[in-house]
Amino acid sequence: MHSARRRRPTGAARVIFVLLCGWLTLLLLVPLAALVVTVARSFSAVVAALTAAEALDALLLSVSVAVACIVLNGIFGVTGALVLIRHRFRARRLLDALVDLPLALSPVMTGLGFLLLYGRSGALRPLLDAAGVQVAFAWPSVLLATLFVTLPFTLREVALVLEEIGDSAEQAAATLGATAWQTFWRVTLPDIRGGLVVGTTLTAARALGEFGAVLVVGGSVANRTQTATTFIHAAIEERQEAAAYGMALLLAATAIGLLFLLQRDRK
Amino acid sequence: MRKPPMHAGASARLSGDRLMQAGALGWAGLLVGLPVAALIVKGLAGGPAAFFAAVTEPAAVDALLLSIGTGLIAACVNAVVGTALAWALVRWDVPGRRLIGALVDLPLAIPTLVAGVLIIALCGPQTATGQILAGAGLPLAFGRGGIVLALLFVTLPFVVRAVEPVLEELDPAEEEAAFTMGAGQFRTLVRVLLPPILPAVAAGAVQTFARSVAEFGSLAAVSGNIPHRTLVAPVYILGEVEAGNPAGAASVSLVLLALALALQPLAAMLARRAGARRA
Amino acid sequence: MGIRVQNLVKQFGPLRVVDDVSFEVRPGELVALLGPSGGGKSTVLRMIAGLETADSGQVWLDGERVDHLHARDRQVGFVFQHYALFRHMTVADNIAFGLSVRDVPAAEQRARVAALLDVMGLRGLGDRMPAQLSGGQRQRVALARALAPRPKLLLLDEPFGAVDAKVREELRRWLRALHDEVHTTSIFVTHDQEEAFAIADRVMIISAGRLEQAGSPVEILDEPATEFVARFVGDVNVLTGTVRDGSVHVGRLSAGPGALPQDLPPDSTAVHMVVRAYDLKFWRDDSGPATVRRVMTLGDRVRVEALLDGAGDPGAGSPGAGETAEGAPIFAQFPRRSSLLSGIEAGSRIAVEITRARVWPIGAAR
Repeated sequence: MHSARRRRPTGAARVIFVLLCGWLTLLLLVPLAALVVTVARSFSAVVAALTAAEALDALLLSVSVAVACIVLNGIFGVTGALVLIRHRFRARRLLDALVDLPLALSPVMTGLGFLLLYGRSGALRPLLDAAGVQVAFAWPSVLLATLFVTLPFTLREVALVLEEIGDSAEQAAATLGATAWQTFWRVTLPDIRGGLVVGTTLTAARALGEFGAVLVVGGSVANRTQTATTFIHAAIEERQEAAAYGMALLLAATAIGLLFLLQRDRK
Repeated sequence: MRKPPMHAGASARLSGDRLMQAGALGWAGLLVGLPVAALIVKGLAGGPAAFFAAVTEPAAVDALLLSIGTGLIAACVNAVVGTALAWALVRWDVPGRRLIGALVDLPLAIPTLVAGVLIIALCGPQTATGQILAGAGLPLAFGRGGIVLALLFVTLPFVVRAVEPVLEELDPAEEEAAFTMGAGQFRTLVRVLLPPILPAVAAGAVQTFARSVAEFGSLAAVSGNIPHRTLVAPVYILGEVEAGNPAGAASVSLVLLALALALQPLAAMLARRAGARRA
Repeated sequence: MGIRVQNLVKQFGPLRVVDDVSFEVRPGELVALLGPSGGGKSTVLRMIAGLETADSGQVWLDGERVDHLHARDRQVGFVFQHYALFRHMTVADNIAFGLSVRDVPAAEQRARVAALLDVMGLRGLGDRMPAQLSGGQRQRVALARALAPRPKLLLLDEPFGAVDAKVREELRRWLRALHDEVHTTSIFVTHDQEEAFAIADRVMIISAGRLEQAGSPVEILDEPATEFVARFVGDVNVLTGTVRDGSVHVGRLSAGPGALPQDLPPDSTAVHMVVRAYDLKFWRDDSGPATVRRVMTLGDRVRVEALLDGAGDPGAGSPGAGETAEGAPIFAQFPRRSSLLSGIEAGSRIAVEITRARVWPIGAAR
């Protein structure tokens, strides 16, 4: 780091800096302020809309799905990262590619993929019907779609840390008589805790904010498959501005809170 | 001390490893591989003729072209603005540097649909700003301008975060040396400063473009979704799904998927180059 | 604990890093694996510890085959090159780790840790984190951690490679003293000859994956088994010459039977003759076969570099280092006040006598 060499901008640089600040303000701060003002103007309507059963159910589903994603991705992310970084096996590159795939897909395509599996004439439909399970247009589809889009975050963050710390401490633990399980809990896990926290935060932000995939596969059925984001979408279509803006502000505030945590953890 | 029976240690370790590998692969395969496979199968199931017909549908072509066009604009704007922002964050001693750093990350955390709602709240047709803009002939919301604005919002961090670490590793002595050798400011910029950060800028721009082409949430709220004019490819796909044409939707999806899979190695290669510069 | 290693082979991709290595270590011995970097020493050590699996070959500890045993079941203490301390644990917790995973009672753990902190000169540092220690201290914590479960065998991978020269010297003496006290069978890997010869009872020279020679430091120095060992150990002259009548001739210089081994190759064989810097004598002689190039005073010794007339023979296989058509460079070292040095300065002609040399036919298969 050469941070000691930072200098105060002069002349043209100062103009550029002012322009950059203006850009950020116009792009980010002014819209955010507009939302805050709009909500403040119709505050009582917003409160009423957000405390309605539909809104609360949507929030509950979003939070439950986010928590489930954090837990499941935590388990899979750590296992997957250990396997990717520490093991050498034939299907390693396949796993590596699969993990990156969600980043390449538009959320709508993710939703469509799940619909083709679990939807009305989906490939897995006979199997599910026989078992009496409904996935599409029910909460499992919302969970699956959100798991899909959040899959890379924890794994990649943990993998980064695992690669950086190397495996010599784990080898030392082995020579000292620790079992694989003892080594994991007492040596590896404390070392990757930072990566796990960052990955979890990213997962939470993405899970709460996922829209396209859950819209397509869940169908935004009020009180059933509607999440916080699809609730906003439905409210816009029904011209219920108070509900839409209120929920949007709530999500934005949560996101800013998570971002704050992230900035602190990254230090 | 306990002594395990012969071979217990080695075989237990082996089967434990195998179990972890199978678990990770099974999870990723079922969760990610299966739906993507379904998408590919459905997209190609009707044969080449049906696939070709679906992706050459005029509305589909316009949607794809609009996505690519607006994505290119976002990539170009961010390449310039993002590099300047990274520069300011790394090299300049300016007030509120940490706040600016946090602001740059904001779009990573804010749900993309909420980003769209923010833009509507500011300049939707019912708002004062929106009416002024419409009066001036610049209807941002539900127009192509709104699409670009939303894309710039959600892709803001990519170039900045790609260039920042490279700039941080770059020794300012290099540019100082160039100045002392009498190079003018502009020549210094072009000959000394740009080459080492160019791969990072390109990596960020490619990432911006890829994200723009896939972007859905903010555009669904902002663009108005008028076929041939403001309907981007992901929203077109949604329309086909809702119209009961999953095969057509899957076919257009495959075009986007192919584009994304082609861009991924390019971005990775550029990122490696940027990293190699650092080493 | 005695160790037997038999026909170990390890291949990394196309590279055979360990190529049929066999040796034995007697109980209580302190042995050095010495060789150039990348020669496979560390891999041998890691295979003994169970951190690496051999492609073929066997490892026996105390007469028992252990190839199937996981590292944790071999009761081997291992000291890693870059310490590999547990960064989130205190020094005391680091040292106690091997005891606590075996469910040793807490009181016993504390006593053992306190005793080790004492022995290692780390008293009062038990509550520190590894990041708060100096390199030398960290190395001693790593050693204490390895010794805590009372391993039957201690393996050290370049143990002093990451500390600076002065601390290294101190740790060396201290490791030898520790070994004389606890007598744990120990093997350490090093690329530093001085370190190997200073500490070890026996030294094994490993190069390019093969065991070149195993022996006491004196045996290695005086009876090198291969040309590689002769060239690798100490400061040596390598001269290209020819065997004639029981002597080796290098230009006008010859080494007589008294200085040479018994089993000389047949007459007119081209050979490399390896001569240590202290097995050469120079004295002033205007009709001598060499010219002094440089005289350097190195503390208590003097190094004299000279050029041997007409000895350069680049046609004869691989020439000795720096040989040219002009002649072959040779050098010798003398005590500072040696009477032989009188009259020796740059440009003077000198006589050369070889008192002890080793000879290998050029191009002979190893």
